[in-house]
Amino acid sequence: MGIPMRLTVNGQAIDLEADPEMPLLWALRDLAGIMGPKFGCGIAACGACTVLIDGQPVRSCSLPVGSAAGEITTIEGISTNGELHPVQQAWLEEQVSQCGYCQAGQIMSAVALIEEIPEPTDEDIDNAMGGNLCRCGTYPRIRTAIKKAAQLKLARA
Amino acid sequence: MASIRKIARRTFLFGAAAVAGGAVFGYWYYKRPYPNPLEDSLAEGEATFNPYVKIASDNTITVIAPRAEMGQGISTTLAAFVAEELDVTLDKVTVEHGPASYAYFNAAMLSESAPFNFFDDSAIAETVRSAIGMVGKVLAVQGTGGSASTRDGFDKMRQAGAATRILLVQAAAAKFKVPARELTTDNGSIVHKPSDRSVTYGEVALDAGKLPPPGEVTLKDKSAWKLLGKSQPRVDMLDKVTGAPIFGIDVQLPDMLYGTVRMSPVFGAKPVKADLSKAKKMPGVVKIVPLETTYGSGFGVIADNTWAAFKAAEAIEVEWEKPVNPPDSAGLMQIIADAAAAGDGSVMRDDGDVDVAFADAPRDRMVEAEYRVPYLSHAPMEPMNCTAQLKDGALTVWAPNQAPTIVRWLCADLVGVPQDKTTVHTTSMGGAFGRRGEIDYSLYATLLAKEAEGRPVKVTWTREEDTRHDCYRPASIAKMQARLADDGMPVAVDMRIAGQSLIDSLVGRIFPGQSGLGPDKTITDGSHDQPYTIPNYRVTGIKVPLTIPVSFWRSVGASQNGFFHESFMDEIAAAGKVDPVEMRRKLMKDFPTALAVINKVAEMSNWGEALPAGKAKGVAFTLAFGSWCGQVIQVADTPAGIKLEKMWIAVDVGTALDPSIIEAQLFSGAIYGLSAAMGQEITFKDGMVEQSNFHDYDALRIHQSPAFEVAVLENYHKMGGVGEVGTPPAAPALANAVFALTGKRIRSLPLSKEVAFA
Repeated sequence: MGIPMRLTVNGQAIDLEADPEMPLLWALRDLAGIMGPKFGCGIAACGACTVLIDGQPVRSCSLPVGSAAGEITTIEGISTNGELHPVQQAWLEEQVSQCGYCQAGQIMSAVALIEEIPEPTDEDIDNAMGGNLCRCGTYPRIRTAIKKAAQLKLARA
Repeated sequence: MASIRKIARRTFLFGAAAVAGGAVFGYWYYKRPYPNPLEDSLAEGEATFNPYVKIASDNTITVIAPRAEMGQGISTTLAAFVAEELDVTLDKVTVEHGPASYAYFNAAMLSESAPFNFFDDSAIAETVRSAIGMVGKVLAVQGTGGSASTRDGFDKMRQAGAATRILLVQAAAAKFKVPARELTTDNGSIVHKPSDRSVTYGEVALDAGKLPPPGEVTLKDKSAWKLLGKSQPRVDMLDKVTGAPIFGIDVQLPDMLYGTVRMSPVFGAKPVKADLSKAKKMPGVVKIVPLETTYGSGFGVIADNTWAAFKAAEAIEVEWEKPVNPPDSAGLMQIIADAAAAGDGSVMRDDGDVDVAFADAPRDRMVEAEYRVPYLSHAPMEPMNCTAQLKDGALTVWAPNQAPTIVRWLCADLVGVPQDKTTVHTTSMGGAFGRRGEIDYSLYATLLAKEAEGRPVKVTWTREEDTRHDCYRPASIAKMQARLADDGMPVAVDMRIAGQSLIDSLVGRIFPGQSGLGPDKTITDGSHDQPYTIPNYRVTGIKVPLTIPVSFWRSVGASQNGFFHESFMDEIAAAGKVDPVEMRRKLMKDFPTALAVINKVAEMSNWGEALPAGKAKGVAFTLAFGSWCGQVIQVADTPAGIKLEKMWIAVDVGTALDPSIIEAQLFSGAIYGLSAAMGQEITFKDGMVEQSNFHDYDALRIHQSPAFEVAVLENYHKMGGVGEVGTPPAAPALANAVFALTGKRIRSLPLSKEVAFA
């Protein structure tokens, strides 16, 4: 049964009535209309639903909304003042996306990665991105774009 | 279903006419017989010139790219066809998929199914014509597939751009009262240099839209291209890096309900008994209804939100009928093996006299092998979904689909709504790979919309439902024989390839009751049509009468035949003690395009270099969808398993329209093929698919992906496709590399059953 709750998404308070067992993904998509996080598997196996909670990448398909405490960031919340996040900018320049469906999840994982490790190695990229599946096989360009994003971010700082 | 069959016959006529028309009449044929669908929906101040272009007074230029964008970049390249001749850059145009319409039929996709080898003008198999006709019925009209979109659009969309430009110039000439020949165009403006005047396209669009179409259209020479042949920024990239809600699953409508389906996991089986009482009482459930279509039987759930629908579907208690096919994989594969061994088939290639060549072959000059591949699921990232609304006698469907005119017919027919009151919106697709040429998810959403009292219903499948209710890549078994000459080269090969016919399967779903289909060349595509000269060369395709739903899977028949043919070539080379690249050079001597590809990929990969212990390379080549693709992969033995280090790809596409997109499609196709080769299989138990989600049907991850180097050649005189051509050689290149590394010849996919990958 739905109970009232408040989420903080992309800096904004959102009031919902939801079954606390409902996965955060479906609360965001069906109840709050935030469509960036995608449904891919429902078992935290593909990463399409990745959002950040207090900066940490989380699979929103497997987190009950009732347990989602903290600041939630989705792909809609990473550009600032109309400027693309360095990861988005690098993705654009490297022409990474194909179908694009997994890309919001890929980008959120990459955002968290370069926050934590400003200049990630190939191994860092493998470790951080292995949970994000892409059936189009955009991996070669994801790797290049993450390295470029790291440099763009350092240059902006 | 009588009305569907009637439509099918009519469609076939459209399809047949389309092919002839495309070749003979060109642009004007395309323009005349079909009304311009854009005329029905013009806004104030907008003009349309043909089905591909709208220009508004405010200078908004809209290009219709009527092929499904499933990641392959087609919207960018199709828009570039029009923009090139219209003389505008891509940032000046808005690209839309446009409505479902006969005006957008895909003639190249249909002609791809003709019984000709790509490099051969003469018919090789008269008998396949009946199958072609049925392919025409199913695939003619607006569809995306067969790596055919650029080949289909290349002439007609450039002509549409050129014709529009001519009309705009004529309108400007009238406005300035000067001869048209004194005017030039410059990225959206028309300039009269002698009087230093200019006008934008938008300013003359309405006048130009009233002019009759020009009689003659001359296209730019390739050397004058500004956009084509050069990498363009993809028109969909910004949306895709900002998370824009462009996919079917993102459709949001006022007053919308949500839904899901729970279909029979046993193909062809109906519920024996069902108890819906528990599911109906679940919170958020609006309605549970039985569903019955040619795709299967089951239940649909309508609820307040998707998660509530998922929970209720899970709570339905149901017992299904027993399977009509053998219930497990061993039984299914046995039937396929029996067919490969002894079944009657269709000979799709028959050079020389194979029986004579083998009659006196000494045992030590013979190579014999049996190869197997499993059923495969498409597993696009976006699970099947569709939104539908049935209100006031009109049906609207929002479907991420590859065949909008078929969606329109079948959905309209299902609920008895006329086609002219049915609208299909084709959204962007989160991958498709052939899966979204099927109509099941659109039919289910339409049936649920009928129960929703005028409200729209977005019906989303779980990943489990998607994995277990695909129309699969058929499992297949090949029995191979070769006779070697004294120099180790093959003088005779005989290939018997057995599998279900995906054309028969598709026709059974779309046009039930149709029968008497001819041979299905997709069973042997990729084996019977390869550019090798072997004196005695026979390839036979054998249909297997199982009824597991099977369909088009990225690269279709070449997905299994690339593996069969090229693994066996490697095996022949090893038996004959000939280098596999050197052997191909000799066999390809009559096909300079193929030879150049093999030479290029050998050069890129430094084929023949001495490698350190624990590293090895494998090579494979497939001609498919009009493009010639050679791949070499290097693997390394590591403590964690075999690691894929690097893949080199050389591809001849005839004319390279967008190098960046071609590169992306080639490594994309290779990764798709490697994913299947390494670890994917769909297996059956108790009549049901055993796999359910990415934990047991996974694909290549970033840490498993090799580095890629892609070279694009343009030697051949005909243009080829790019979306599927990277897939067929990937599995055999890897299997051949594993053989070179380990000495183990693996003849059954996935390879992970025999070796571990890092």
